[in-house]
Amino acid sequence: MANSDCIVIQGSNMAECHPVAYQWVTEAKLRGARVIHVDPRFTRTSAVADRHIPIRAGSDVILLGALINHVLTTETYFRDYVQAYTNATMLVSDDFQDTEDLGGVFSGYDPETGQYDLTSWAYKSRAAGEEKVGEPGPEEHGAEQAAVAEGQAYGSGGPPLDHALIERDPTMTDPRCVLQVLRRHYARYTPALVTEVCGIGREDFDYLARSIVENSGRERTTMFAYAVGWTQHSLGAQFIRTSAILQLLMGNVGRPGGGIMALRGHASIQGASDIPTLFNLLPGYLPMPVAGKHESLGQYLEAVSSKRQKGFWTKADTYMVSLLKAWWGDAAQPDNDFCYDYLPRLNGNHNTYQSVMDMIAGTVKGYFLLGQNPAVGSAHGRMQRFGMANLDWLVVRDINLIESATWWKDGPEIASGEMETDKIATEVFFLPAANHAEKDGTFTQTQRMLQWHFKAVEPPGDARSDLWFYYVLGQKIRERLAGSTDPVDRPLLDLTWDYPQDEHGEPDADAILREVNGTYLTGEKAGQALPGFVELKADGSTASGCWIYSGVYAGEVNRSKNKVPDAEQSWVAPDWGWAWPMNRRILYNRASADPQGRPWSERKAYVWWDEEQGTWVGHDVPDFPVTTDPAYRPADTATGPDALAGDDPFIMQADGKGWLFAPKGMIDGPMPTHYEPQESPVDNALYPQQRNPSRLVYPRKDNLTAPSAGDPGVDVYPYVATTYRLTEHHTAGAMSRWLPYLSELQPEFFCEVSPELAAERGLENGGWATLISPRSAIEARVLVTERMTPLVVGGRTVHQIGMPYHWGVGGTGAVVQGDSANDLLGVTLDPNVSIQESKVSSVDIQPGRRPHGADLLRLVQDYQSRSGITVMTGNDRLEDAEERGEAR
Amino acid sequence: MADRGTFLGWPVLRQLASGDFLGRGPAVTTRHTRERTARTATADKVVKSVCPYCAVGCGQNIFVKDGRVVQIEGDPDSPVSRGRLCPKGSASEQLVNNPRRQTTVLYRAPYATDWTHLGLDEATDMIADRVVETRRRTWQDKDEHGQFLRRTMGIASLGGAALDNEENYLMKKLYTAMGAIQVENQARI
Ligand code: SF4
Repeated sequence: MANSDCIVIQGSNMAECHPVAYQWVTEAKLRGARVIHVDPRFTRTSAVADRHIPIRAGSDVILLGALINHVLTTETYFRDYVQAYTNATMLVSDDFQDTEDLGGVFSGYDPETGQYDLTSWAYKSRAAGEEKVGEPGPEEHGAEQAAVAEGQAYGSGGPPLDHALIERDPTMTDPRCVLQVLRRHYARYTPALVTEVCGIGREDFDYLARSIVENSGRERTTMFAYAVGWTQHSLGAQFIRTSAILQLLMGNVGRPGGGIMALRGHASIQGASDIPTLFNLLPGYLPMPVAGKHESLGQYLEAVSSKRQKGFWTKADTYMVSLLKAWWGDAAQPDNDFCYDYLPRLNGNHNTYQSVMDMIAGTVKGYFLLGQNPAVGSAHGRMQRFGMANLDWLVVRDINLIESATWWKDGPEIASGEMETDKIATEVFFLPAANHAEKDGTFTQTQRMLQWHFKAVEPPGDARSDLWFYYVLGQKIRERLAGSTDPVDRPLLDLTWDYPQDEHGEPDADAILREVNGTYLTGEKAGQALPGFVELKADGSTASGCWIYSGVYAGEVNRSKNKVPDAEQSWVAPDWGWAWPMNRRILYNRASADPQGRPWSERKAYVWWDEEQGTWVGHDVPDFPVTTDPAYRPADTATGPDALAGDDPFIMQADGKGWLFAPKGMIDGPMPTHYEPQESPVDNALYPQQRNPSRLVYPRKDNLTAPSAGDPGVDVYPYVATTYRLTEHHTAGAMSRWLPYLSELQPEFFCEVSPELAAERGLENGGWATLISPRSAIEARVLVTERMTPLVVGGRTVHQIGMPYHWGVGGTGAVVQGDSANDLLGVTLDPNVSIQESKVSSVDIQPGRRPHGADLLRLVQDYQSRSGITVMTGNDRLEDAEERGEAR
Repeated sequence: MADRGTFLGWPVLRQLASGDFLGRGPAVTTRHTRERTARTATADKVVKSVCPYCAVGCGQNIFVKDGRVVQIEGDPDSPVSRGRLCPKGSASEQLVNNPRRQTTVLYRAPYATDWTHLGLDEATDMIADRVVETRRRTWQDKDEHGQFLRRTMGIASLGGAALDNEENYLMKKLYTAMGAIQVENQARI
């Protein structure tokens, strides 16, 4: 970030939530960079930015789309970059129809399933006898993809294409070429629309547009930074896509000071995605097999990537077979598909919210919680607690006695009388956990870098690492099944489950990381650690637990332990920790050089082609086949890494290019389009279609949605609420509310309101307020502040209310307690990644404390009946313009 | 420093003698302060670590004395953080040594109104029993079309973003082998 010339922070309060990383923004600023903060609230980040631009929560696609429109119409995009490195020149099938033609949906929408058939979004083919490339297989439609949150499987590379023989127009003038399709799609995203929808004035928009344009191109780079302010929406993945399109147009991807910085919130949340404790993924972003779709290993591999496409995803067979070898060792043989059949299959969207609803329905019996506190930290805390109250058994592993461990005796529903302790059958085990100082292991931080933390002391009492717990649990389960002849038990009995342990029984974390890295199994190197993923084979001669981490143990050296001091190495700092893949610090860095392989400018030189040596060289590990000449052009018959032309920097994409238009991969549209949030006081200014027609809805009595603009009762919950973090606390509070230091710094739950809203509702600074949503009602201290700006949107004033979500009721030993903001939220999910919309919801606010017991429930019900909401309110996927009009 | 008993101990002279002209440094330290030593100076060892809160991944130096963490500070060597820690990272010594921390196993039986104690081995035995039993009871071999499912929908798991990669790896490996697919973490949230 220090190398940026302009940094746009949007969807993040970086100075507050990632304070130490913010030093690099400050450093960029000291070097002359411009810093702009776009956010509903004026925050600690705004205070140190050059300018704060207030925006209505949930309207980001309009603003970013208008910037795209601006650079296209003023011809200020980075033409040489766009022409060479993106899919701007490729032609889209004649069948494709835009939202602009169809009133807010793209071609291929099926109102019954609420999902898209992606066929018409395909490229035009130039292969003989074929019309389209990238046409999905019959089972690859949006409905199935949403069902398994498939979007997330593209965490390390793009979706597959049959091949890369695509019709192109290098002049980018053909009306069907991507650049022209993009132009038409965003033509109505004007500065005037930005004012109308986002509440942002012309001067602010011009400033933002000018800053980005003037700080992009050969000599300069602009960076975007976001956090969950972009992800937690019913079209969150598309927010990020919009910024990716803009960054590609401006030539800001793969270059120093460019890109999009995802600021993640937990020490190893990136690691927990790479080695996923996620339902839809296997390690290294390989998808979990789906019943009926991936019946055999062959079928699975065909679906994951086409052998005829370009790039490194064609090697998925080597990644998958090596994973199966790591898990099932000698039992995994070519004649049994390497135990592929041991893998359980998905047949629906088994995300955490679905699991909670299944707890309420009674099908989930047992639940493990590991360092996570859903009673406070997940959307719809009530639903979380009701789910847990219907389990047979619950295991909580944490360092403190969190609310998710104690709700059965002191949760809000005990207080309201909805639950009675002696009627709750759930068996609860609390097992104390070791913390970071008490165990060895790696965290993967937000830039894909693995860093080893060394054990300093032994954990106290019964506290143990999760490594110990899962290893012992596995041993005990296997003991109980020993001798079983039931084929159901084979996957557990054949599992490789034998790690060295120290004198306290703690498994050796080094040995596990080495298994993740992988080893040769046969030949003269048998038993040695692999140097990297290019060595992986699909014939069973290698094993690797997570292909993208292969190389972290190259040469039998645990590279995550690299700690060469900052002062003793280059500015890229390659000898501190280890970043996947292959210690590359900037992905797709081939794009930092021009098509001929020369740096775009001296100022932004990063990796380049050395003609004499015939290799790519530079400050970082080149993210490209090192000896592929920039002038190299593959034959039409070439496939895989050999098919990458010398100017195809996006080596994990099936066509080697950055995608402005996504023929596949995004299931709710090939280009981002603005829709209003699930709950919004404003009409969609663009289309009769109000909300993302592909969003995942859960129409249930315990998950009611507030009326939106045009619905009767919209004034009952008239304000927009948004939730966020504070520097002094950590998510649901387990690691902060139990600490006297941090609790003293931020003792009490509060809500932020503008002086105007305070006047409208009679709220007093420092006094109490009750916030009511269709799900629940909570109380908070009031902070009246000019940092909250009322926005004029669509001709009316929209007030926004901010709430940190760190507090909870119950728990034992917490220094501070308070109502939980997440209790207000409902569950509506983004279709690509199944993340909930927690950044925007509708509430009312009233002065004074909330009632207790049955009176609290009555208050919530009163509001529900006054607003006239039903289970179906806001939950129709396709919205009929006339119907909505009539209701008005 | 100069002896308080002679005029050499006069503040102005102390300031001049020590070069602390503004009187904000050594010239104005009390004997109490002078007699104290930083915990970091007397530690037996310094262990390299990483902040356990957010994903910035700031470097930490953990100071250990007599088998106890006595202080945690920013690691100046780290190219990520250059020695800095925010309030959370700075408070992490308290995370380790917190007297409010629960360090023994607790068990709440069905319908019970309070916790009872269990041994660690007994608790893990009971959990293993429950996993085996629940898995057996809720096993799904095939769907209604005869396609393989080979899984249990009776067991779910949430968490991993605060854990190590190695821990996530063992979790995913064991869960997958037992056929538990409802495995999720904060990345979904
Ligand atoms: S010190 Fe603060 S900024 Fe650094 S990793 Fe810890 S929580 Fe994040």
